[in-house]
Amino acid sequence: MGATNIPLRSAPRPVAHPTAPTTGVWVGVATISMSFAAYTSALVVRQGMGTDWLHFQLPAILYLNTAVLLASSVSLELGRRNHAQAGRVQAPDITVLPGPTSRTAAWLWATLLLGVLFLGGQIVAWRQLAGQGLFLATNPSSAFFYILTALHALHLLGGLGGLLYVRRRLHRSGAHGVGPALSAAALYWHFMAVLWVFIMLLLLVRL
Amino acid sequence: MGKFFAVVVTIITVVSAAIFAMRIWWMPPDISVLGAGIDQQLIETMGATGAMFVGAQLLLAAIVWRAADGNALRALKVFPGGPLPMVAAAILIVGAEVLVLTLVGSKVWASIYMTPPEPGSVQIDVQAEQFAYYFRYSGKDGKFGPVHPDKIDEGNDNYFGLDPANDTTARDDIVSASLEVPVNKPISLTLHAKDVGHSFYVPTLRLQQDFVPGIVVPLHFTATKTGKYELVCTQLCGLGHYNMRAYVEIVTQEEFDKWLTNHENQ
Amino acid sequence: MSEAVPSPEAGASHAAHGATPPAPHHGPPLGFWRTHVFSLDHKVIGRQYLDLALVAVTTGMVLSWLMRIHLAWPTASVPGLQHLSPNGAANGVISPEYYLSLMTMHGTIMVFFVLTTAPFAGFGNFVLPIQVGAEDMAFPRFNMMSFWVTALSFVVLVASFFVADGPAISGWTAYAPLSAVGKDAGPGQELGQTLWAVSIAIFCVGQLLGSLNFIATTLDLRTRGMTLARLPYVTWAWFITSVIGLIAFSVLLPACILLILDRTAGTSFFIPGGLVISDRLQPHSGGSPMLWQHLFWFFGHPEVYIAILPGLGIVSTILPAMARKPLLGPRIFIGCMIAIGFLSYMVWGHHMFLSGMNPLSATLFSVPTLIITIPATITTLLWIGTVYGSRLRLTTASLFCLGFLSVFVTGGLSGFFLAQPSIDTYLHGTYFVVGHFHFVMGVASMFGIFAGTYFWFPKIYGRMLNETIGKWHFWLTFIGVYCVFMPMHWLGLAGNVRRYSAFTDDYMKGMAPLHRFITIGALATGAVQLLFFFNLLWSRRRGALAPENPWEATSLEWTVPSPPPHDNFGGRHPVVYHGPNEYGIAGSTGDYVMQDSPEPLPVQ
Repeated sequence: MGATNIPLRSAPRPVAHPTAPTTGVWVGVATISMSFAAYTSALVVRQGMGTDWLHFQLPAILYLNTAVLLASSVSLELGRRNHAQAGRVQAPDITVLPGPTSRTAAWLWATLLLGVLFLGGQIVAWRQLAGQGLFLATNPSSAFFYILTALHALHLLGGLGGLLYVRRRLHRSGAHGVGPALSAAALYWHFMAVLWVFIMLLLLVRL
Repeated sequence: MGKFFAVVVTIITVVSAAIFAMRIWWMPPDISVLGAGIDQQLIETMGATGAMFVGAQLLLAAIVWRAADGNALRALKVFPGGPLPMVAAAILIVGAEVLVLTLVGSKVWASIYMTPPEPGSVQIDVQAEQFAYYFRYSGKDGKFGPVHPDKIDEGNDNYFGLDPANDTTARDDIVSASLEVPVNKPISLTLHAKDVGHSFYVPTLRLQQDFVPGIVVPLHFTATKTGKYELVCTQLCGLGHYNMRAYVEIVTQEEFDKWLTNHENQ
Repeated sequence: MSEAVPSPEAGASHAAHGATPPAPHHGPPLGFWRTHVFSLDHKVIGRQYLDLALVAVTTGMVLSWLMRIHLAWPTASVPGLQHLSPNGAANGVISPEYYLSLMTMHGTIMVFFVLTTAPFAGFGNFVLPIQVGAEDMAFPRFNMMSFWVTALSFVVLVASFFVADGPAISGWTAYAPLSAVGKDAGPGQELGQTLWAVSIAIFCVGQLLGSLNFIATTLDLRTRGMTLARLPYVTWAWFITSVIGLIAFSVLLPACILLILDRTAGTSFFIPGGLVISDRLQPHSGGSPMLWQHLFWFFGHPEVYIAILPGLGIVSTILPAMARKPLLGPRIFIGCMIAIGFLSYMVWGHHMFLSGMNPLSATLFSVPTLIITIPATITTLLWIGTVYGSRLRLTTASLFCLGFLSVFVTGGLSGFFLAQPSIDTYLHGTYFVVGHFHFVMGVASMFGIFAGTYFWFPKIYGRMLNETIGKWHFWLTFIGVYCVFMPMHWLGLAGNVRRYSAFTDDYMKGMAPLHRFITIGALATGAVQLLFFFNLLWSRRRGALAPENPWEATSLEWTVPSPPPHDNFGGRHPVVYHGPNEYGIAGSTGDYVMQDSPEPLPVQ
């Protein structure tokens, strides 16, 4: 289409219904659940088919990692509630809310920190397994361990990106209009925690 | 142009249906005991779908002939009875069709794939590999020697990886590149693949079954006519897939016994 | 039609809003790159998808010509082909090995990059946001990523033509272990097959991002008054397709990742122990080839419906506009699409009747496969009932809709044979299957794409396509596809095996004349598509200027200029009062009432 046909408008246009980010995350939750369901059924089938399944002890640090991730979920939830409360107390046209906003930001930082800590812990777990001679190709059980944990970590990195985005929006424009994005990011992060608990249980039962 | 569409659709329909009905290209004659059920099922399905094909295409042609006459003043007509009779018709007609085909068809299917081979069947072990079939007969002892993939040595004709030095049952196994079977005698095959997926397809026997690496798949049939028929691979198995063929030689019991004795003596 | 007084709030959904302070969105782009390349505008992205599909369909069609030439005249030389593949086509003569590469690439390109991208991602991206009354997709950045990820995946796939041993040879279904063991399985199975798996994995990511956008946009960005019941049928189709796609691609992605690991990291998910390939005992154990088949077909069968459902929606949107008559039974139609989508997840085993699966499960998979024909039959009857007694305008778009009906019936009926395990025993792996899926998935979807192109081209490019060329295109294509794909059923009945490179000996020898007939038909039908390409290119610059609503259709994309401005509605927020089905009544503009027209419907 020729550029001349486009009436140019200087002001940013309004769009995006406030619930769109949350809907998007729910759809994402469905997708990710489906793909982890596929890995799970592949694991169950593969374990049932072959006679070569090797059982091994999960590295103990995984329990610590689980606690860290759950803690990060709690801290993010506190941040989200703090933000929602601030939105109710303050008039909507005030864009700079130093007190509550900085408190939300603090919870966000705590979540980010715990998230990075979790990823660090996962790397330690991988190194411990590798130290025992268990690599990706060693056995289907170790292969599934690496695949499931790595993919969870990859998805968690996406969550960290989302949190950084919310953090930047919060820094730039204050509390105004950050609510939907923060809620969506929190939903995703909680899902990551739930997914991790599921993976932990699966690994505990099957490996 | 609506009339033109109707004419084109009618011609396509009539020509297509006629070629099916005249059986210009058709299944080769069936030479198996269980094939008759498959043929029957296929012919019944052909009749039912053929009627639906001709009916639906001609209905489309007729309705377009009327609707696209370019008369912008003609009053619109609603389909008699609205959509509900259509839903009912589709559910009843197609549903009945589905029910009948499933009930009859699953019997045919079960007779081939869900019944064990008759006792006293001729046991033959079939190995598919890139890009050939090998057939193994158990020899006098009636037992197959175990297969050792690490002992496979095609250069020395050890296609199955037999170990006659250690396995007594393997010593009299007969290996052939063509499938020799006696006529009118139940045959029981066990299919296994050496390398990748293959398939066992003999159109005249109305028989097709995949070889799946890692598992042994049973298959059984009884041929009713002597002759030499072709066995082809229908599961894409690599570069030489199109060349992966073998012959099924259906012979009389005497000829089969003679063939076995000849090979046992070798 | 029953509502006499228009009301935007009737059955008001949560989408109706106005008081909420809207979040800032992307403004019109400034530079060349942001306008034409890395654009966030759904309309540009939709056009990019359509262009990608056009490149892909041309590639796929040329591949099919080469295949057909080889099948009809195995020793014929194709001038210049030796430059593309010195090994596969020495002196331009296609080797049987190269044939397998051509076949694998033809199937993969057509299924993924044409039948999935054009009717769903292409038209969907352009039309869906306007039809729901939104200014853009819910997540424009994801949308842009979705296209560029898909484009990358196409580049990765096509790159395999230029690697040392050529493209993969294991077909679009990439059955393990042939696809999983690597080099020992033959040339093309090393780097070529890895590129294939990587490309498809990337493709999955692109489609997941796209589906996510379609779903969120349809649910959350509908304008005031646009209830779910008032959504145009094609948007319903795209919505259902994206739900199916979300589930299908999120299973194919793990399958591809496991395949890549089997190929490159030495794992054994799909490779059992004790395989001897190229005289080498493979260093794998315990894997299951059936696992790949289950994962693949869990995706693969719904993929058929991902390709065809947008076509159903397109026909249901175009036919009423051309027939000047409301679609018969619109709610039944939507119910049928949902039923098809639901059932599509219960039938994947029908591809595996003969693959060593428990024979009882074959019967179990056969029943839903046959049942799925019931909603398909109902939709067909609804269209026929819609055309019945109408004042049908035979534009090129409506001709392709009628052609869609014809080939959809033909292809659907041959499915009756294959759905029954007892007949599949004979027909599985023959040309009967090829004829069947080309009719119902390939040609029907392509006719949907053609109908959509002739219908929406004026909206997309602001100019009309030439109708005379368009009609020639239709007639020749319609007759051509029957000449090409109907004989394949006869070949299959005679036991002609598919995926073979030549039929020069044995019992298939007698079928060579029919193969030559098909080849001539395919080359001719392919040549006819040059008319279409010419029409596309010529009309883009020289076609008659398109009015806002050339087809007198009711949905929202016909209330905005052709082409629409950057934000679709020029700052306006459309309000919707009616469903999309108000044809054949006395409205203020003619025999129809636009969705955003506040006029009351005439009492009938």
